[in-house]
Amino acid sequence: MTVMEQRGAYHPTPPPAWQPRTDPAPLLPDERPYRVLGTDSAADADPALLRRLYAELVRGRRYNTQATALTKQGRLAVYPSSTGQEACEVAAALVLEERDWLFPSYRDTLAAVARGLDPVQALTLLRGDWHTGYDPHEHRVAPLCTPLATQLPHAVGLAHAARLKGDDVVALALVGDGGTSEGDFHEALNFAAVWQAPVVFLVQNNGFAISVPLEKQTAAPSLAHKAVGYGMPGRLVDGNDAAAVHQVLTEAVAHARAGGGPTLVEAVTYRIDAHTNADDATRYRVDAEVETWRAHDPIALLERELTERGLIDEAGIQAARDAAEAMAADLRERMNQDPVLDPMDLFAHVYAEPTPQLREQEALLRAELTAEEEGAH
Amino acid sequence: MTTVALKPATMAQALTRALRDAMTADPTVHVMGEDVGTLGGVFRVTDGLAKEFGEDRVTDTPLAEAGILGTAVGMAMYGLRPVVEMQFDAFAYPAFEQLISHVARMRNRTRGAMPLPITIRVPYGGGIGGVEHHSDSSEAYYIATPGLHVVTPATVADAYGLLRAAIASDDPVVFLEPKRLYWSKDSWNPEEPQSVEPIGRAVVRRTGRSATLITYGPSVPVCMEAAEAATAEGWDLEVVDLRSLVPFDDEKVAASVRRTGRAVVVHESGGFGGPGGEIAARVTERCFHHLEAPVLRVAGFDIPYPPPMLERHHLPGVDRILDAVGRLQWEAEN
Repeated sequence: MTVMEQRGAYHPTPPPAWQPRTDPAPLLPDERPYRVLGTDSAADADPALLRRLYAELVRGRRYNTQATALTKQGRLAVYPSSTGQEACEVAAALVLEERDWLFPSYRDTLAAVARGLDPVQALTLLRGDWHTGYDPHEHRVAPLCTPLATQLPHAVGLAHAARLKGDDVVALALVGDGGTSEGDFHEALNFAAVWQAPVVFLVQNNGFAISVPLEKQTAAPSLAHKAVGYGMPGRLVDGNDAAAVHQVLTEAVAHARAGGGPTLVEAVTYRIDAHTNADDATRYRVDAEVETWRAHDPIALLERELTERGLIDEAGIQAARDAAEAMAADLRERMNQDPVLDPMDLFAHVYAEPTPQLREQEALLRAELTAEEEGAH
Repeated sequence: MTTVALKPATMAQALTRALRDAMTADPTVHVMGEDVGTLGGVFRVTDGLAKEFGEDRVTDTPLAEAGILGTAVGMAMYGLRPVVEMQFDAFAYPAFEQLISHVARMRNRTRGAMPLPITIRVPYGGGIGGVEHHSDSSEAYYIATPGLHVVTPATVADAYGLLRAAIASDDPVVFLEPKRLYWSKDSWNPEEPQSVEPIGRAVVRRTGRSATLITYGPSVPVCMEAAEAATAEGWDLEVVDLRSLVPFDDEKVAASVRRTGRAVVVHESGGFGGPGGEIAARVTERCFHHLEAPVLRVAGFDIPYPPPMLERHHLPGVDRILDAVGRLQWEAEN
C-alpha cells in the first residue's frame, strides 16, 4: 500500500446525506466570448435596435473625447475615459426599464448619460463642485462610486428591498476587472445569490486596473467563471460587440425580473485611453496592443454590420455624428461656465439637522466669508 | 388614574421591546445580521422577532459584515429603515469601509437627496470575561467619522428610548450597547408607552458640588458607585451621562463643570486618541475660568484589549476614579 493510499484511508467519506447543492453545468459561461456582429446571429438582431445602438455609441465616443478635452482646458479635475468601452456603457443603460436602477462606478458617467442623465450633472463629481451632481431618484442612477466594488452590495440591497416591497425592479451594477478582487465583490455576489436578488453584475474587463494587468489580478479561467462558485450563471461576452452585450444583458435582466436571481456577465473589452488624463499608459503597455484593440473598435464593428446589410447609409451615419457634435457643443458651452459655489453648502447636508458643533463651525466660516467680503470692498 | 406597578426588566429586554415596537409602528423597519433570526441574536436582543415579523423582516444574513451593512445601504436607498446588528464590537471592523465611505457620506454626497436611516447596533466594551476580539471599545473610530450619530445607553429606560429615537432618525446612528449592562435590571414599565429620548442630550445622573464625572455607557454605573464611595472622602460628585457622543451636549456638560469647577472624564476606551481628549478640550475651552484643576481622564490603558483574566486591571474602576478625583488640586482651596 502506498503512502497516498494509506492517507486516503483516513479521509472521511461523505455522509450519505451529502449531495451537490447546485448542478454547476448550466451556470458555466461559454468557452469563447459570445458575439453577434459578423456572425449568423446578427440576422436576428432588430435593425432599429442596431441603429439606436450605433447612434448611442457615436454619441458616447464624442462624449468621451469632449470630456477628455475638458480636462486639458482645466474644466474637469480628472476624467476616467470609457473610450473603447462604449458598447458596454450604452448597452447597460439601454437594457433597463425606467423603474430599474443603475449602479455605476466612476468610469461609468457615459452609462449614466445614456440612461438620460444630463452630462453636466453626470460630470459634477469630476469637475469637483460637488460629489454627486444629481438626485439619484430622478433617473434611478446611484451616485458614481469611487471605492471599487463597494456599490455592488448597494445594488443587491436595493434589488432585494424592491422584491420585498413587491416591486418589479431590477438593479444593474457595473464593476471593472480590478474590482472583482475586492472583498465587496465577493460579498455582493454571495448575498445576491443567497437572496436570489434581481440584480445583474456587469464586469467590464478592460484589461487593466490602472497599470496592473488581469493576470496579476486573478487565476480564474475567466471572471465569468467566478459566478459558478456563488451558484449563479456566468456569461462571457465580447464587450466591443454592442449587439452581443445588449442581448446578453437583456436576457440577464429578464431572468432577474422573472425571479430567476442574479447573473454575472463578463464583457471582454479594452481601455483605449490611459486610466485617467493624469495617467501615463506607456509605462505599462505597448502601443501595438492598443492598436490591436483599435482594430476591434465597437463603433467600427457595428458600422460595418449596418453598412454591409444596408441598414444605414451615409446620411444616417452623418446624422449620428451631427447629433453627437450637437451634444458635445452643448456640453462644452455649459462646462465652460464657472459653477456657482456656496461655501455654506459644506454644512447643509451632513446631518438632517446640523449638530451644535457644526453650527459653531458654520458660524466661523460665515464670519470668515463676511470678513473676506468686507476686505474686498 | 391607574398605577402600573414597575417591574424589573433588563436592558436586553428593553432593547428587544424597542425593536418590536419600532417594527410594529413602521413596516419599513427591517432587522438584519448574523444569528438575529432563528436564534434571536447571541445576546438574545432580537429574541422572538423573526417569529412575530417573519424572515423577510428579521433576516439571518450570510456571515459578512461589509455585506450586511452594504446591502443595508441599498435597502435604505429604496426606502427601508434597516436595523443592522454587528455581533461584537471587533467583528464590526470589516464593515468600516461601507460605514465610512458610504453610510456616513451618502446624505452629504447627494445634497440631502439620499439620506440613509440605518441603525447599526454594536454590542461593545469589556467586563464580561470575553476572549480576544469580544471586548473592544471602538467608539473613537465612530466619533471620528462625520455623518454618523453615536449613541450609547447606560440605563434600561434609555436603552428603550434611545433605540427608538435611533431607528426613527433619518440619519445613520451607531448604537453602542454596553455588553456588561445587557443583564442590568431596573424598575421599568414595559406596558406604558415609553418616552423616546431625543438624541444629543446628556443627563445628570447624580447631582454634586465637588467635581463632575463625565462618562457614558458601561462606565456610568462605575462612576455612580465611585460617587457614593467618594462621600466617605467628603467629596460630593456630580455624574453626567453623555448618552450621545455625537452630537455632543456641550451645554449640559459645561454647565455642570462651571458649577463644580473640576472634572474627570471616564471611559473604557483607550486614553490616547480616545473621546476623553476631545471632551477635556471642549470643557477647557468653555470652562477655563471656572476650573480649579486640569480636566483629568480615567481611561482604558493604551493597549490591545487584555485577556479576560487580566481585564479588571485595564477597566476604569472605582479606585482609579477616586485616585483621579484626589488629584484635582484640592490643596489649592486651602
